[in-house]
Formats: sequence, C-alpha cells, structure tokens
Amino acid sequence: MSLVELKQVTKEYQMGELSVQALKNIDLGIEKQSFVSFVGPSGSGKTTMLNLIGCIDKPSSGEVFVNDTTVNDFSNKQAAQFRGQHLGFIFQNFNLLPVLTAYENVEYPLIMVQNIPAKRRRERIMHYLEAVGMADQKDKYPSQLSGGQKQRVAVARALVLDPKLVLADEPTANLDHASALKVIELMRSMQKDFKTTFIFSTHDPKIVKEAEIIFTLEDGEIVDKQNSPSQDHEKTV
Amino acid sequence: MKEIFKLAIRNLLRYKRRTLMTSLLIIMGVVLVIVFSGVSLSFKNMMIGSLTDSMLGHLQVHKKGYVSSIDNLPLHLNLNEKEIQQLNNILEKNNDVIEAYSYRIKFGAMLSNFKETTNIRLTAVHPQMENATCPRLVERINGNLSTPDNFIEQGKIILPENLATGLKIKAGDEVVLVANNKDGSVNGLSLVVADLIESLLGPSGRDGFIHINDAKILLRIQGNEINEVAIRLKNPDNLNGVNKILAGELSKLINKQDKPVFELHTWADLSPFSTIAAIVDLLIITVKIVLIAIVLISILNVMMMSVYERVSEIGTISAIGTLPSKILWLFMAEGFSLGIISTIVGNIIGVLTLLLINIANIHFSFGRMKNILLETSIAPSDLISVSLIVIFIAGISSLRPALKASRMQPVEALRHV
Repeated sequence: MSLVELKQVTKEYQMGELSVQALKNIDLGIEKQSFVSFVGPSGSGKTTMLNLIGCIDKPSSGEVFVNDTTVNDFSNKQAAQFRGQHLGFIFQNFNLLPVLTAYENVEYPLIMVQNIPAKRRRERIMHYLEAVGMADQKDKYPSQLSGGQKQRVAVARALVLDPKLVLADEPTANLDHASALKVIELMRSMQKDFKTTFIFSTHDPKIVKEAEIIFTLEDGEIVDKQNSPSQDHEKTV
Repeated sequence: MKEIFKLAIRNLLRYKRRTLMTSLLIIMGVVLVIVFSGVSLSFKNMMIGSLTDSMLGHLQVHKKGYVSSIDNLPLHLNLNEKEIQQLNNILEKNNDVIEAYSYRIKFGAMLSNFKETTNIRLTAVHPQMENATCPRLVERINGNLSTPDNFIEQGKIILPENLATGLKIKAGDEVVLVANNKDGSVNGLSLVVADLIESLLGPSGRDGFIHINDAKILLRIQGNEINEVAIRLKNPDNLNGVNKILAGELSKLINKQDKPVFELHTWADLSPFSTIAAIVDLLIITVKIVLIAIVLISILNVMMMSVYERVSEIGTISAIGTLPSKILWLFMAEGFSLGIISTIVGNIIGVLTLLLINIANIHFSFGRMKNILLETSIAPSDLISVSLIVIFIAGISSLRPALKASRMQPVEALRHV
C-alpha cells in the first residue's frame, strides 16, 4: 500500500449559504520516500489537500489513508497523536515559536510531543541543526534569523521526530528565489538522507522542477500528474 | 511540567508591559489584603485583649440564669460553698489550658462622700486571683501600684475616675457604701479610697473594686459565696475548644430540678464588642473578595487577549502534534505563573509594609486606654490562605481561555492571520 492514499475524497466548505467544493472526488497514491509537489493556482485545493493528508482537516466524503491508517475519523486527540508520531510540518510563514531559540524550537516537539529525555534530546537536535546548517545559529531567536534561516530551522523541527512524511505548504512563498532554491535543495537532501517522504505545495514553476512527482490541481481536481523530467508523463483529467 | 512553565514564563515576558500591569494589579490586591488583615486583625486582637485582660477574662461562669438578669446584679443567684468547690475541681482539672481564674462578687450599692450619694457597681475580688486573670486591669488604675498582686486591700475601695471627680473624691478620702444583702436588709461599710480607675468604655463607667472580704462584711455573707468566675486561658486562640470542654463538664452538674447548675459564656457572649470584631472579620472577607475579583478579571482579560493574539501559534503547535491537554496546560501555566509570581512579590511587599508600620511605632487609644501600640502581624496561615486564593483564582480564570485554545481546530487556527 502507498504511504498516502486518497479514495474518492471530496471536501466541501460552507460559505454562508454557498457550498464550495475545494476538492472533488480525488483519487491518488503517494509512495514512500518520494518527493512530491502539488501545484496550481490559488484556490485550486493545494492547501486543502495537504491539510487532509496531514490530519489537520477531515474530508466531507471519501477515505484518506496515511501509513496504512484511515485518518478521516480521528478525534482531535487521535489526530494530534498521529501527527506527532508520523508527520512533520513546514509552513509558509515558518511558524517558529518567537519566544524560543532555534535550538528550543527544534527541541519543542521532542518535549511536548514525544517527551524524550533531555540527554537524548540534545544529541538529536544538534544532529538535525547541523544537517540543515543551523548549528552555529542555534541560540538565536527567530526574530534574529533571515527567512531562509527560519525555514531551515522549521525543516529541522519537522524532521526531528523522524516522521515518515513531511508536509510543506508553500514553504518557499516567503523567500527570495535563491533562498527558496536552497530550502528546496535542503528538503531534497533531507529526503534522501533520512528516507523521508516530502509533499509540498507551490505555485513557483522554478521550484516545482525539483519534485519527483508533480500533481497539478485546478478547481479542486487533479488535472495532471507528471513525473520528474526524466520520467514518464501522463495526463489525467 | 518544568518545560511548560518555562514556556509560560517566556510567553508572559513577550508582552512585558501588559504582564507587568496585570501583575502590579494583583500585587496591589495581595498587599491590600495582607496590610488590611494585618492591621485590622492586630487592632481587633488588641481590642479583644483589652477587654479580656482588664475586665472580662476569656470565659465566665455564673449560676444558671445569672447573665439574663446581670443588669440587676442579683445576689440570690450566688454560687454557694458546694458549687464553688465543684467548679473549682473542674477548673483545676483543666489547668493545662487554664492559666488563672478569679472569684468575684458583683453587686450594686450606694456610695456617699457624706455630702452626696450616688449609685455604683462594685466588683469584689481577691486581688491576687484577679491580677492573674485580668493582668491589664492594674494598668487602668491611677497612681503607683508597686504590688499589682495586692492592688486592692481590705478596708479600701477603687472608684471610677469620673464618678470620683463628680463627687470631688480623691485618694485617701473616706466614703461609705450602703447595700442591700440578698435578704433585703440594708448594711453600710466605711472604706478609704485607695485609687481611681479609668473606665474602659468611656465616661458612663460606674465600676469600682473592693476586696472580696469587705463585700462579705457589707453583704453579711457567711462562709464562701460568689456570683462570677472569670477565667483566663493559656492560649486565647483555643477559646472555642476550651469552651466546649468546660461546657461539657459543667453540664454534668445538675440541681435538684434536673437543670444545669452553671452557665458558661465566652467574652464575646458578654460584650457588644464581639459585633465590632465580627464586622472587622466581614471587612477582611470583603477585601479578599475584592482581591479575588481583581485576580479573576485581570488574568481572564490578559489570557483571553493572549489566546486571540496567538491563534496561528496555537494552530502550529497543534499541527505538529501537541495534544489538546498540553495546549490547555500551556495556557493554564501562564495564568498560574502570573498568579504565583504576583503572590510572592505581593507577600514580600505586604509583610515589609507591616514591618514598616511596626517600626513607625503607631499608638492609638481604645476607650480610656491610651497609648496602645499598634503591633501589626499576620499569621503564616493567613499568608498561605491569601496565596492559595490568588493561585486558585488564577487557575480558574485562565481555564476558560486555555480551554478555548485547546479546543481550536488546527485547520482554522492556521488559517488565522
């Protein structure tokens, strides 16, 4: 079974009296250790897709499987536990906790999510901070870091619990092109080094190229699935 | 838990001014309660002390029915020899809690300076027993008392100051007491004025003192008779406990009609000042309620603001797997931290203020007792209770915002800008 599988997933939002379909009958599968991107214009359903896979939101109909588990009927607590055990998140606005240093931001999930003892924490945090090239900036607060540096810390935070899957919603949207490329390269190398599956959304064509598999979304539907340039290209409607 | 509190403190420091203002408000409330409690309780205790140590004692025993007709100072309700012995046995048996007791005969008489006559209320005592029971009585007596244990000798009388002034009587003058005994016959006794005594409760006081043996002569009492026993406890804070013990033991002594021989009253039963003391307690409770309101509203306000300002952050920590219960504790810890820190600072400032009041040597008067030093103090148990109230209310007031934060859906929280 794929790491992520969506079967006939629909997501509707109620906006006043209007019902808006953000995703329509989506079927897809994402294999382990892949580097996947969702692309599409604003409102196409990229974030909704990531939210459903990330157990942050629930589908209106259909089934979502992540790591062989049906996640659509999770309670808030079950969803939080699942996210803490299996998923990592990278956000467009970095979403680091401003009162914590880079080190403490990476430490946060180890304490608050998995309650790992202090001795083992330090080793693990430094390992990931070194991996993202932020070990020398570990004592700085988010306000003292550049956008690219913040996102590197966010990548370390997402990986520190050794998740099977990292979800990144527009991780480069708030970065200049050079920084954006560096972050994507970092994510790519992390995917290879730690054998983690990465799914990210973007609308930046230069960034999209880095993905192995690219799903194109339009009006809540997958209109295109494209493997990396070296691989086959199939058109789906 | 340590990490939760570390994060809570950091979050509080993030909005320094707001935290400082809220904290100051709580500190002021705590200081207000401590200073008000310290001063008013000390004032109340001194007032009670003045009454019990110079007049009433902590407890009083009379023959059943005496207190209801106490204004008449009846002599037919005197305790006889046998009853005094029974009472004496009970008091001696409880000498681990009773410091002293004093036998008294209270009666009314006419006082004459050979020119004018007026009525007077007299308390006849054994000076040594009375001084042990009401040690501050002698403070109210004018003149030099070199031997407080013998403040009234046989053949002498201590007169209330105002009454003596009105009759132009001074120490050394001779006066005559005329009184009815319990059989109704009138007797007279000539006495020398030993000293004058200030009335505790103001100008209307008409209480004089004579030696108990003179009262027996005047009232023609054969053998041993008294109508009041004042009791001083070793620990006045134990008043209710001792009252219960003595009441239990006294109730076992019954007369031929199967009714109790004795009645026991605390000072509060016998003095209108107990109402004032109750009002002081009520005021302290009111100040505590004000403190609770301050803590409740200020922490609720600051925590609600904190939650609304950090919606996106709540979404983030929820998304990365923080359980709702931990999010609840993160916010509760902020409220608790604010309460705990403010309480500690408030306690320190409050206690220092009380110390400063003591250093300032403030004196005041109560009735005719002048120059009473205001010695403020607060019991550690009061400090603990104030602290626990603040911390508990801090927890309660941060519960609602914390619940709100913990119940936020991450998808909506992350969408929040």
